[in-house]
Amino acid sequence: MIRFVPRERTPVWLTLAVSVGAGIAALLLTAVPLALSGAPVLSAFRLMVEGAAGSGFAFAETLTRATPLIFTGLAAAIAFRARLWNIGAEGQLYAGALATVALGAGLLELPPALLVPVVLVGAALAGAALLLVPVFFKMRFGADEVVVTLLLNFVMLLFVQMMLEGPMKDEMALGWPQSAPVLDEATLPKLVSGLRLHWGLVLAVICAVALHVLITRTVWGFRIRAVGENARAARYAGLPVGKAMALVGLLSGGLAGLAGASEVAGLKGYLTADLSPGFGYAGIVVATLANLSPLGVIPAAIFIAGVFVGADSMSRAIGVSNYLADLVVALSLLSVLIGGLLARFRIVFVRRETA
Amino acid sequence: MWAALEILTQANFWAATIRIATPLIFGVLGALLCERAGVLNLGIEGIFVAGAMSGWLAVYLGLPLWGGVLVAALVGALFGLIHGVLTVPLGLSQHVTGIGVTLLATSVAYFGYRVAFPNVATPPRIEPFSPLDLPMLRDLPFVGPILGQQTAFTVLAFASVAVLALVLACTPLGLAIRAVGDNPEAVEAQGLSVVGLRIGAVMAGSALMALGGAFLTLSAFNAFYFGMINGRGWVCIALTVFASWRPGKALVGALLFGALDAYQLRLQTITGGAVPSQIFLMLPYLFSIAALVLVARRADYPRALMKPYFKGQR
Repeated sequence: MIRFVPRERTPVWLTLAVSVGAGIAALLLTAVPLALSGAPVLSAFRLMVEGAAGSGFAFAETLTRATPLIFTGLAAAIAFRARLWNIGAEGQLYAGALATVALGAGLLELPPALLVPVVLVGAALAGAALLLVPVFFKMRFGADEVVVTLLLNFVMLLFVQMMLEGPMKDEMALGWPQSAPVLDEATLPKLVSGLRLHWGLVLAVICAVALHVLITRTVWGFRIRAVGENARAARYAGLPVGKAMALVGLLSGGLAGLAGASEVAGLKGYLTADLSPGFGYAGIVVATLANLSPLGVIPAAIFIAGVFVGADSMSRAIGVSNYLADLVVALSLLSVLIGGLLARFRIVFVRRETA
Repeated sequence: MWAALEILTQANFWAATIRIATPLIFGVLGALLCERAGVLNLGIEGIFVAGAMSGWLAVYLGLPLWGGVLVAALVGALFGLIHGVLTVPLGLSQHVTGIGVTLLATSVAYFGYRVAFPNVATPPRIEPFSPLDLPMLRDLPFVGPILGQQTAFTVLAFASVAVLALVLACTPLGLAIRAVGDNPEAVEAQGLSVVGLRIGAVMAGSALMALGGAFLTLSAFNAFYFGMINGRGWVCIALTVFASWRPGKALVGALLFGALDAYQLRLQTITGGAVPSQIFLMLPYLFSIAALVLVARRADYPRALMKPYFKGQR
């Protein structure tokens, strides 16, 4: 008979091994559908690795793709720490993107040193506002935030489409619904000229470090963790549960909003309704792979971004559908969940007692 | 103004209401069966996609329509098994696992579709379920044209409501399922297997969810499209709370939602573009959120919902 015995503490190497192992397991499992589809498995994987990290240019592309994933991964990590199940980062990303265009495409005329921060704060507040609605519904009416945040994703996407076909439509764009471009003063500069990599990445890393400090070194971080571990006990101990939840909502939604700002002001330059290929949902996988650690989000986001970039490149080369990337991402999530059991429990084989 | 009310007198409107409600009936029944047994199944959105794709593909490859329905149910049960094993004996987070199952089922379906049809401009089609057109129903005033447009798949949905209501309320199995979601210790004390009951309920519930997806590709439409589920699964999770986990109320909730969705589509054509179409398209989602918030305070959640149970541990 097998028994799970809880570990008193999990060694750091084991937590790391679980995450790395889950990524490898996901890639190995993906070989099965890949082989079934008749593709050459080994060369497909080689092409994926080359496409994601085979050259400086390829890796820069991976880092570019990782940038929004760090933001949405942090958004999920902080929310899940407090057991606030924010599945709405996709919608909050679009709220942030919309705010970026609203503020940065001509409404305000300020020098870059002022306009960039104003746009970023505006985007973060827009994302946060969209999450604070379900947080309020949860605290006030006990409405499950999972469903509300999920459904708001669809509402928000429709709202973006409405704005792009209506008041925010760029008349210069030929028919295709897209917003006016953001001003040069609101644009996040490129990190290296000639590459698409931009300052959004630096901002994302700063956010990760700041969130790490907040969670591990401050009173509010302690309160957030306490609420996540046992909300009833936290309330009994006199902790301000409502305020802690509001803070988590503000941070989580704000980070997702920054993902939208970074994509629009750093990469695309304007807003379309297909800005995000599911960055919000992938953020959940990133956060889980990182074991909800803000610093761990950075390598996890780079891994997931590498899978997407590598799969795109492999798909162009040998014509295997790049939906393979989504398969790897889904399998990574399930693998790390199962692997997490090994980190939390020791598995002991005990002989069944004879009666 | 009259035009807005006149919609309600059109047989087409009521026929569309039932057509839109049918996949949701399956979805809400599936979700409530899982949750009655104590397991939240957020895999629903992906299971809808997988059911829609696998049922359709089976028919495209030559199986009869009911064969496609069966394939979809089996595929749904398989994803249910994955969700059940991860969340019941292993006790993993039902939220995150459910999202994982949705991502997995969706990507398997999309990848499979692209492998089967690498370069098609227009989606390939099948011959879907045809309307029932029963002679004695056809001639009824008003109701005739409404029911005449429905297919046998819709009849299956309505029958499922009755069967699930009966099973949950009147059979020992139903009692055991309800008990395992309220008080698993008591079930254990009866010598029944908590793990077996929960996994079984999640598999059966997931099969029902997959039927909701299959209805779209085998009856409502005749092809599989990317993004065709578009949040229908999540709507079902909200409607489950609205229905207080009762099959009869699930039917009411799904029909209400169907009526609202059918109504907004017709209202769009009446207003003739004066109001952006997206406003109307938002209504069903906003309605689901409002329904959830309104009943949340009074909602009588299954008491052991989302609480993993380990043998011999309190």
